[in-house]
Amino acid sequence: MKPAPFVYHAPRELEEALGLLAEHGHEGKVLAGGQSLVPVLNMRLAAPAHLVDINRLPGLDRVEVTDDAVRVGALVRHADLLAHEGAAAAQPLLRQALRHVAHPVIRNRGTVVGSLAHADPSGELPAILAITDGSVQLRSRGGERTLSCQEFFVGPMECAVEPEELAVVAVFGRFPAGTRTAFTETARRHGDYAVAGTALALRVEDGRATLARVSYVSVTEVPAVLDLVPTLEGHDLGTPGAAADRALQDALADAVAAFVEPGDDIHASADYRRHLAVVQTTRLLAELLGSTAATTEEN
Amino acid sequence: MATQRVRIRRSTPPFNPSEAPEEPEELLEITLRVNGTEHDLEVPGRRLLSDALRHDLGLTGTHVGCEHGVCGACTVLVDGRPSRSCLMFAATAQGHEITTVEGLARPDGTLGPVQQAFVECHGLQCGFCTPGFLTTITAYLEENPDPTQEEAREAIAGNLCRCTGYQNIVRSVCRAAELRREGEQQ
Repeated sequence: MKPAPFVYHAPRELEEALGLLAEHGHEGKVLAGGQSLVPVLNMRLAAPAHLVDINRLPGLDRVEVTDDAVRVGALVRHADLLAHEGAAAAQPLLRQALRHVAHPVIRNRGTVVGSLAHADPSGELPAILAITDGSVQLRSRGGERTLSCQEFFVGPMECAVEPEELAVVAVFGRFPAGTRTAFTETARRHGDYAVAGTALALRVEDGRATLARVSYVSVTEVPAVLDLVPTLEGHDLGTPGAAADRALQDALADAVAAFVEPGDDIHASADYRRHLAVVQTTRLLAELLGSTAATTEEN
Repeated sequence: MATQRVRIRRSTPPFNPSEAPEEPEELLEITLRVNGTEHDLEVPGRRLLSDALRHDLGLTGTHVGCEHGVCGACTVLVDGRPSRSCLMFAATAQGHEITTVEGLARPDGTLGPVQQAFVECHGLQCGFCTPGFLTTITAYLEENPDPTQEEAREAIAGNLCRCTGYQNIVRSVCRAAELRREGEQQ
């Protein structure tokens, strides 16, 4: 199968790219890594009249670590961010989740910002943008705007980028010192889309959770964050084996099951996905509280 | 290596009468550098790199399986990094160094270490997926010259073999690593 005909544009300057997007509007589509877009074109599920290939634009391939964020340019490939030591130290969830993004060969081309713009509920990075309270910077010929994660994700496979806009930078937030993070997912084959996935960030001081955020892959329509601090309230997380406490597990299960809104498909029923979300959350909490072997990284 | 330039004047757009555009499709003039040789081509913007390699350049070693990035048969190296050639446009590949399976043999034409290991360990059965495995593994061993069996398995996880010859392919990865090390000692 082959893509339908389109006019291929390869701008060399950002302004030129923004001009093309403004000119072609809904007829135009941005090509970065192409690891989600090109299959869609090959299967002719989309047939844009104009393709704006941004791979030659300068300055968009940078990862920048600041005091409160990890800023990722539109041409940063998954593999580049995965290998970036500064980013992994500043926001460990990035590396923890990127390991689960498809296969290494796909990660060599696919871009972080592209997978956010694709807004697939089964994508790992949208969940990470949500849990880190991140945002996306958009540029158009008319100017620049920054959308929070909540504003950015409109629905499944739909983000708030207007046709004349280009998502230029993804900004992932950092957690306060002492926050521990973990990510897990269940897939039918490693590298496949997750049946369900969970990211957890936890900060415990004097036995109490002062930060407890969780976000999910494949079980919510748009990335969303469940604040677990109220759920964990009243439980002493400082005692060894706290995660095994029955009352805590029940409270956690109730909170998670009520929060997720999975759908049925040929791979799994909604009930099974909900069950996975509960189990994954429980396990990650246990892991972060140190009652199982840690595959986690300290922030 | 001296750069040899090859000019290919005409390219044939894929023939499908029902979807043939009414006007002739605009062709782009591009230069692809493949296995050290530069080729000037005229291709439509929608020409996939996999098709440019096979149809326009006659490098049919790169195989096309699923055409949506799942099977890995079309994997080539782009600036040394394995990439799906069915998920890249030829025009995007311009300016990059492409290595196909044809480029993996040693300069004297003898088999490279990964190819040799596949021969020794019976790493190929029908052979369809083999080019994608060879390119993927060649790049992987640059990154990890001494993989464990488990790491070898992980390294090839993005490539499908419909003969399910994975045991021997994993063995081939480890054998190729040995051959590379022996080659370095000589």
